[in-house]
Amino acid sequence: MMDKKILDILSHVADPEVPVLSVVDLGIIRDVVSHADGSLEVLITPTYTGCPAMDMIATNIRMELLANGYQQPKITTVLSPAWTTDWMSEEGKLKLKEYGIAPPLPKQQVCKQELFAEEAIQCPRCNSHHTRRVSEFGSTACKAQYQCLDCKEPFDYFKCH
Amino acid sequence: MNEYLFEYVVHLADDALILGHRNSEWCGHGPVLEQDIAITNISLDLIGQARNFFQYAAEIKGGDTTEDSLAYLRDVREFRNCLLVEQQNGDWGKTILRQFFMSNYQQLLYSRLENSFDRQIAAICEKALKEVTYHLKWSSEWVIRLGDGTDESHARMINAIDELWTYTGELFIPAGYEAKALESGLAPDITALKNDWLNRVALVFEEAKLPVPTAGFAQTGGKQGMHTEYLGYILAEMQYLQRTYPASKW
Ligand SMILES: [Zn+2]
Repeated sequence: MMDKKILDILSHVADPEVPVLSVVDLGIIRDVVSHADGSLEVLITPTYTGCPAMDMIATNIRMELLANGYQQPKITTVLSPAWTTDWMSEEGKLKLKEYGIAPPLPKQQVCKQELFAEEAIQCPRCNSHHTRRVSEFGSTACKAQYQCLDCKEPFDYFKCH
Repeated sequence: MNEYLFEYVVHLADDALILGHRNSEWCGHGPVLEQDIAITNISLDLIGQARNFFQYAAEIKGGDTTEDSLAYLRDVREFRNCLLVEQQNGDWGKTILRQFFMSNYQQLLYSRLENSFDRQIAAICEKALKEVTYHLKWSSEWVIRLGDGTDESHARMINAIDELWTYTGELFIPAGYEAKALESGLAPDITALKNDWLNRVALVFEEAKLPVPTAGFAQTGGKQGMHTEYLGYILAEMQYLQRTYPASKW
């Protein structure tokens, strides 16, 4: 179990691209280690290899820990096992939906490999499943673009990964 | 320093970097906004993968070498990417086909490398494999959409096949460092990936109503540093800033 006190502090660090989610909600905090010399090390994992927000996230975590009195915290990136949207907290998924982004479906249920397969994504606005995929890629690496065929609203889907 | 390991990792990085750079040339020029965003997101994934490999290569090399010095300060002959990834973008069809050929290859290769005894290569590939699988799905769909589209799009795909097919054979002909990587148990036998690769091409081409070429001649040399004329132009643009203002930072 990770130190609850540290996790509470980290829950104030927002994802710069989806600011409604904290780094804890996102599930990218792999571990928190208190070393014998009193220093603190936070292990984080990238969502996508090329995610340009990772450097900023590491800096923001460092700043938040410094502001809370932790001297010289160390942020280490861990690649394996690879991050999956299944690590996103249930609370995080609710926050996403309220923010207008459809949360990722559970991985075992979808992540279809068949060509032209479309996942039935629920519209975060009117809850209809009558939606269509506009594009597999969206405004950031973690999202795809959808449109609701009932309320007509376009929306982002935090794609399962 | 482990010379073959360094070269092997640099080769993986260069393939990702050069294809990522080529795709990024579409930024602001895509046929429609959504696909402009798609191809540049793929760039981002590939350049991210290249960064991971370069960071590891720099660690192997030691000394002053960094991910940046490897990307920005090597000359053409030191690049180990295959010829396929440096080919010009051409039209959207050619870019799509190049992506399909390469994602197909990377998917097969990374799914082997994620079990490599080299923990760092395995971790990078485990992560990258998810992205590459998504690229393969996206590019497969586009090959089908264009191949089985209008007369015009079909003709353009035929043209793209004519231009690119000769560069695909190189993927499966091991360079010295790939042979050594196989010998040491680090990497898979890439000659054995060819069948799976061809099967995937046949499957997608069939649905796309495109013929699978039978020509076997392969242009080679890229993986040994003997590149087509195009790579020099890519590097001139990519390396301009670091060459003109050495060590400048954001
Ligand atoms: Zn709706």
